[in-house]
Amino acid sequence: MNLRDVKEILNAEVLCCEDLLDREVKTCFACDLISEMLLHVQSNTLLVTSLTNAHILHAAQVMDALAVVFVAGKRPDATVIKKSEQSGLPLMTTKKLIFECCGLLYLNGVRDSLEECD
Amino acid sequence: MLNDSFRFTPHITLEFKIGEKDFFIAGESASRVKKTLQQLGMKQDIIKRTAIIIYEAAMNVAIHANHGTLKVYIDPEVISIITEDEGPGIPDIELAMKEGYSTASHEVREMGFGAGMGLPNIKQCSDELDIDTKVGVGTTLKAKICLNNKN
Repeated sequence: MNLRDVKEILNAEVLCCEDLLDREVKTCFACDLISEMLLHVQSNTLLVTSLTNAHILHAAQVMDALAVVFVAGKRPDATVIKKSEQSGLPLMTTKKLIFECCGLLYLNGVRDSLEECD
Repeated sequence: MLNDSFRFTPHITLEFKIGEKDFFIAGESASRVKKTLQQLGMKQDIIKRTAIIIYEAAMNVAIHANHGTLKVYIDPEVISIITEDEGPGIPDIELAMKEGYSTASHEVREMGFGAGMGLPNIKQCSDELDIDTKVGVGTTLKAKICLNNKN
């Protein structure tokens, strides 16, 4: 599946990089701890989080994340969205909570990034 | 095994100043060093470990110290990451190394940090780690990644 499918499945709104939604999604990591993300996230993984501050952008860049989905209707401020657009990191927001997002993504074939690299 | 571009790695020093509560320098410096290592053709595992150490170490300085510096030395055989700060120091290093132990503020935790994983993460990603700290004076952290053993 690709990011366009993720958008449909999670009924999400795309905040930036609409032109990059063809990126293929195989793995996902859902977490609200930056340290945990840094240690466990593999490249090209979809991040699902409720953190919306600018740290998420730096962390995503360090991890080479595929895109970020903000849950519970959360959205970062305009500066974060602009920077993300410039660095080519697609952002989406969904009203669904983290548990449901993960469940729906799993049902549609997305797997844990740790599982994928085992 | 090192790849070809790696054999010609020059000696590079990168330096960053970290102010009190300068939380963004951690991610910025990690991103910048990462780009440099990518340009040098380093292996992904080395790049990832270096970036994690930088992110966590610089964040520790921003969270806990008054101010400090981050220096990254890239040599053909080793990457050294050194943070030096003036600050409260670490009263009990053994406790600080314990996963889950944290003295970070609520503000820091809300940003997604302060889960007590910083030092354990640094240790996990380093081949050598040395922490020199004096309560009320400051802390110097030296982490090394050897470029010719861990794959």
